[in-house]
Amino acid sequence: MPVNETLATYSDWTYNSAVAVYVLAMVFYLCEQAFGRVAKKSSQEARELVAVGGGGSEVVVTTAASPAPGRVIREERSRAERLGRMGAALTVLGAVLHGGSLVLRGVATGRAPWGNMYEYGALLCLAAVVTWLVLMRKYSVRRLGAFVLLPIVILMFLGGTVLYTNAAPVQPALQSYWLVIHVSVISASSGILLVPGIVSVLYLLKNANERNPERLVKITRKLPAADVLDRLAYRTTIFGFPLYTVGIICGAIWAEAAWGRFWGWDPKETTAFVAWVVYAAYLHARATAGWRGSGAAWINVLGFAVSVFNLFFINLVTAGLHSYAGVG
Amino acid sequence: MRNALAFLRNTWRGLTAMRTALSLLFLLALGAMPGALLPQRSLNSPKVVEYIDQHGWWGRLLDKMQFFDVYGSVWFAAIYVLLFVSLVGCLLPRTLDYYRQSRAKPVLTPRNLSRMPHHASSTADTTAEEVITSAKSVLRGWRTVEREEADGARSISAERGFLREAGNLVFHFALLGMLVAFALGKMFGYEGQVIVQAGGGQFCNSGVFNYDSFKPGLRVDGTQLSPFCVKVDDFHASYLANGQAESFLAGISYQSGDDLSSGTWRPYPLKVNDPLRTAGDRVYLLGHGYTPKFTVTFPNGATRTGAVQWKPVDPITLLSEGATKFDPPQITDSQERRRNQLAITGLLAPSAVFSGTLLSSNFPEARKPAVAIDVLRGDLGNDSGRGQSIFSIDQSMVDSGRLKKVARQNLEVGQQVKLDDGTVIRFDGVDDWVSLQVAHDPTQVWVLGFAVLIILGLGTSLVVKRRRVWVRAVPQHDGRTLVEVGGLARTDQAGYGEEFVGLARELLGVTGSQGRVPATSAVRSGRPGVGVPQDKES
Repeated sequence: MPVNETLATYSDWTYNSAVAVYVLAMVFYLCEQAFGRVAKKSSQEARELVAVGGGGSEVVVTTAASPAPGRVIREERSRAERLGRMGAALTVLGAVLHGGSLVLRGVATGRAPWGNMYEYGALLCLAAVVTWLVLMRKYSVRRLGAFVLLPIVILMFLGGTVLYTNAAPVQPALQSYWLVIHVSVISASSGILLVPGIVSVLYLLKNANERNPERLVKITRKLPAADVLDRLAYRTTIFGFPLYTVGIICGAIWAEAAWGRFWGWDPKETTAFVAWVVYAAYLHARATAGWRGSGAAWINVLGFAVSVFNLFFINLVTAGLHSYAGVG
Repeated sequence: MRNALAFLRNTWRGLTAMRTALSLLFLLALGAMPGALLPQRSLNSPKVVEYIDQHGWWGRLLDKMQFFDVYGSVWFAAIYVLLFVSLVGCLLPRTLDYYRQSRAKPVLTPRNLSRMPHHASSTADTTAEEVITSAKSVLRGWRTVEREEADGARSISAERGFLREAGNLVFHFALLGMLVAFALGKMFGYEGQVIVQAGGGQFCNSGVFNYDSFKPGLRVDGTQLSPFCVKVDDFHASYLANGQAESFLAGISYQSGDDLSSGTWRPYPLKVNDPLRTAGDRVYLLGHGYTPKFTVTFPNGATRTGAVQWKPVDPITLLSEGATKFDPPQITDSQERRRNQLAITGLLAPSAVFSGTLLSSNFPEARKPAVAIDVLRGDLGNDSGRGQSIFSIDQSMVDSGRLKKVARQNLEVGQQVKLDDGTVIRFDGVDDWVSLQVAHDPTQVWVLGFAVLIILGLGTSLVVKRRRVWVRAVPQHDGRTLVEVGGLARTDQAGYGEEFVGLARELLGVTGSQGRVPATSAVRSGRPGVGVPQDKES
């Protein structure tokens, strides 16, 4: 099937605009960081109050940390908060453009738009952004936006420049419905797991600051409390990890149909296995005395590092069966 | 004796401790990594040899330490065996615990519910009896037990989320099962590769000697292969303009089971990603290449045709190299024969381009085949007792002067070269060959089954949350009833806050008059502080 060049060009344009919009969103988040007041610990509880009080019941709620029980506070939005909200809106816009570029690419090539490293990276980043949007809706952690968008923007920039591949059909080995399933699941779960990786880094910073309030003051002053970050990382990981497991198993099923065995210790398979074991260790560490907190956070960061290594080193340097990068 | 027992007990405790399991997990990750970074014999043994040659003592040391067979190495096996022993040691008591718990009643209602991490209370106009009845209907789906307390108060203890532990156990047992199934598959499975000429070439899975390469499992001696035959009728490949392959299709026929005796051939379109599954084995289309056909007319008028596969050296343009070997006809004296054996060796380009006399290929399709050949005459070394690659000549025969180059020529289809003794070699064109892989793994369905259990178990253990809630109804002097609700999250406390608020409101709301909760009621929901019991999980 021939490639529709016009649509492919539009896809590239939307991709580039998505990156630009993300960068802009980062600027807005950073402005909120810079000009906003220091985050008070009660901000999250305040949300809870509103939620309960707005339910039409007269149940009085007392929260342990709230100084003024039952008072529903509704402040004027500060300028910084408005900037932050604009940043969030821009992130949504970026995600829409980002998704659009993938759809256009898919229509242009007439196949699932994740057949090479550029497209894979784009899908991964979209998953990370969507994860972030969901988290932002559920928890008041918008201030972290710039930190989360930074690696995404870097990845997308690398994808759009170094790794860029022209829209084209894929080789016979990739012509399978498993391409749709395996690659999308792996890519989405890797994108989801990117977020806890970043959040864990922030946790480590904040944790160091909480232990010794003189350290890292400038960076951590406006971060949420360490235990909020810890929970954020955990909840995202326990969503991403089973999905990642499903992705690996789908890969094994595909390998059985394509390469004659379901598992053959191909470098990519091995590194995926290693990352899986590391995330399993993370879940265990959170339940092991002496490993909770920063120990677990380090492991999560390690898991993220292994995934990045798997994406770049194994794809570009090692020769294996998964050499579909289409680079070079 | 007692010391020995104590030692064993301590070792066992140490091994089954969570901390140890965690270290073993790290070791497993660390131990698996060299397999991705160093060449592995199981994947690419020539590369291993090359690596060892290039790295001297370091390479030899790595080899001694089994770093080129990581996944079959003693130390890697030690890691995963220890890990799984530790796992069993952790799982058995947990399974017992779970069994007991699943039969036990929910724990007694704590005396002071207001000290629970989550707490709510209100005063209802109804009797304690009614409060409890309606609370029970709210707690449908929870495991509950109702108790009467000393001072006339009544309480319900409710628990939920037993499936969490069940899922966790299933997940871990399925991991064990998967390892066992995997190991059995490695013992009783086999894998072999064979090149078959398209256009009628046949392969029968009747013995290991029919294969070009064969990797048996530990318990496979090659006498019990699943019987079937495959015939490759034709092969089609299509390419994009840039030479990238678009599709491969081998039209094959196969027979297995009763068809073998009746001689029936069943057609099958063999494609990449679409193996033939028959007789418990799978047949895969791995690759393809070209076979040059040469006709040699010897000085005495006898002709011989040679068609042997050459192997692609450039995966994009399918420029291939190989050696086609001939014995001189009608010579019975072995000395004489060994002086006159012929070998045609060199390059084959499916779409030839010449720069000067240098041959290269610019497309993988056989658009304009040509060969650049050396013709050698002499002793091929077939009788030397050494194994010989079909793709090359024995270089030592050339070095010792027993095999001499007699011609070098580029040939397109139909062209020929005449040797000094009058022998004529003609290049007739090319045929396709396909490379097939046969795989047999009797336990892979089991592995799949365990994989599904792993996903189900993992999902359940991460989604289901263990929750406890208690309701106590204490009759007051004025005939009203004080209702207290307490909550405790046994795993993953995060999120129980909102959940509890909703549940408590429901419990209190239902018990209040007309669904209105008096303003005196209070719901508290905070993070559990220090000292609040939490469950540990492994």
